[in-house]
Amino acid sequence: MTATSEAAAPRTFAAHAHPLWRRLLVTREASIIGLLLAVIAVAMATVPNFDSPLTVTYLLREIAPILLIALPMTLIIITAEIDLSVASVLGLASVVTGLGVQAGWPVPVAMVVAIGVGALAGAINGALVTVVGLPSLAVTIGTLALFRGIAVGLLGTTAISDFPDAWTDLARTNITGTPVPVIIIAFAVLALVFAVLLHFTPFGRSLYAIGLNKEAAAFSGINVGLSKFWLFVMSGTVAGFAGVYFTLLYNNARGDNAIGMELQIIAAVLLGGVSIFGGRGALHGVIAGVLLIGTLASALRLAGVTSDIINVLTGLLLVLSVVSASFLNWFHQRRVAALGRRRGRSPGTSS
Amino acid sequence: MTTTTTAPAHPVLAGLGRLVRARETGIAIAIVAVVALATVLNPSFVFSNDGFRDLLLTPSLLMVVAIGQAIVIITRNVDLSVGSVVGLTAYLTGSLFADVPGLPIVVVFVAGIALGAVLGLINGALVAFAKVPALVITLGTMYIYRGINVAWTGSDRINASDLPAAFRELGTGTVLGIPFLFLLAVLVLVYAAWHLRNLRSGRELYAIGSDPSAAQLYGLRVTRRVLAAFVVSGSAAGLAGVLYAARYGTVSSNAGFGWELEAIGAAVIGGVAIFGGVGTVWGAALGAFLLLTINRALPIIGVDDFWQRAVVGVLIIGAIVLDRIAAQRQHRRLVAQREETR
Repeated sequence: MTATSEAAAPRTFAAHAHPLWRRLLVTREASIIGLLLAVIAVAMATVPNFDSPLTVTYLLREIAPILLIALPMTLIIITAEIDLSVASVLGLASVVTGLGVQAGWPVPVAMVVAIGVGALAGAINGALVTVVGLPSLAVTIGTLALFRGIAVGLLGTTAISDFPDAWTDLARTNITGTPVPVIIIAFAVLALVFAVLLHFTPFGRSLYAIGLNKEAAAFSGINVGLSKFWLFVMSGTVAGFAGVYFTLLYNNARGDNAIGMELQIIAAVLLGGVSIFGGRGALHGVIAGVLLIGTLASALRLAGVTSDIINVLTGLLLVLSVVSASFLNWFHQRRVAALGRRRGRSPGTSS
Repeated sequence: MTTTTTAPAHPVLAGLGRLVRARETGIAIAIVAVVALATVLNPSFVFSNDGFRDLLLTPSLLMVVAIGQAIVIITRNVDLSVGSVVGLTAYLTGSLFADVPGLPIVVVFVAGIALGAVLGLINGALVAFAKVPALVITLGTMYIYRGINVAWTGSDRINASDLPAAFRELGTGTVLGIPFLFLLAVLVLVYAAWHLRNLRSGRELYAIGSDPSAAQLYGLRVTRRVLAAFVVSGSAAGLAGVLYAARYGTVSSNAGFGWELEAIGAAVIGGVAIFGGVGTVWGAALGAFLLLTINRALPIIGVDDFWQRAVVGVLIIGAIVLDRIAAQRQHRRLVAQREETR
């Protein structure tokens, strides 16, 4: 693009425009992690009981479903799609677990069936989006109602709450010697799998390509439809697993379990630096985003702030995070244009 | 190939043909079928004083919200905060009556709509100026508005006794047997439909929704129109909030909770494409009517009303699949036409 008269001697370029420390520290993800650390530091200094093991246990127990589902949700949003039905799949899996145990199945069988139902629900979303070719926003608003409706329809207003103690205890035990619940082990394993999948495999890298430009990705040999289909299946499966965990943790299978959680999950993912337009985002930012919202809520609750103020803060954080990103982008473009003018070039169309 | 030159049909006939094929007609037929079935099984569904009144009264509020939502969706945006706006304005209505005795009802209506418009303006300004997707912004303001509502309301509640009798009369009263709220909703609908169909500021919304960058290049004032669409959606939700207080009498902090998805669902069922540029407010309003009528008819038809939401889900998915098939058929027809004229 820049038609500068190239000298005969080959020019050497630095591998990157900025040094390594800058590329690592001056990012969306780093700022969210920094904010998280700041919140933890301030809370530990000022909020009584925030650093007690019990707080940590309850915090992690409570946000574990959001942490789990945020993983596949990140991948889906990176491909510029969305899955609003996850909380309904969670509710459906919870009801299936309950019905299975009530029918006298062994708990592991009920769990596997529930996770299978989650995978099936995800496959239905995936097929509607990729095979029929419908926008995922509309499809998953529909299946949000559909799956929730099936869950509520199957169980009505009754709740099943007689699960074997061995299993409900498992959902509540901590790793010996720490205040960390065991579900975090499952989360850590899944997080590792998803991080490797997204950041270190051709499949994961192709998701960014799909999110940036679907047509270009298809022409470069990526099977766009199939990739998206599997993402929705993963999302359904993980939501099913979260449903089983939710049921055992609260010893309660109800049709309206985790109602409205989809928006909490999406808010956390977007706060973690994933672009709703697709093609941008990283898993460590998302995990920090979920932890930030959870920690902030937990600290404020301990400090006696009511949940409505926490809601306002969650919303403000989300709006501020996207508006600030947009503002920084605008500022950066202005600077690049000014730099270009000073060097006597036309302002580049660098995006 | 014999080129079948379509004879110019009589304008009335052509209009009739369009009417028969229109999505809105399909929804209307579905409504009639549902109502007829429910009435056959239980005549009091329509043929009783309360039955007929409730048939029209129940969907009125959602119709108003869905009209605003449809206008925003037509511009390729979405407004997730409408449920929270309904809650805030409903509580404002109640507390105005409770705190300022003897306030004229008109003032309260204006205040509710104005608050809705301001909340919509905040959404619109963030979307139009910060160039941030509406889904994210209105997800954030949904939390913020609801949080403000809960903080303001607390565990307090507006009771029917706080509201003047004349105002509550509005919520349940009828004119010539037709509920006043339904008449109001139809009035909003007719004006919105006329505006979108005939005025420049309405037509430009479709242009923006079909292709925002083309609309910008063409010189349309995209920012201003998008801003206006959000203000309209907020005002509609504000009006619905005032009507909520009139209709139900009691307002707690979860008034209008979850309405955003119902309103979007109604618009989608009514043929408003989620990616903008296609659809009418007639469709959205009929979609809202169908949604809530089915909810009321299910127990009569013999389906446990726990299955309501499942039926709603099937309706939404069925509607978008239908849209997709129609779009593909039209695409093929246009390709065939191009081949013929070549």
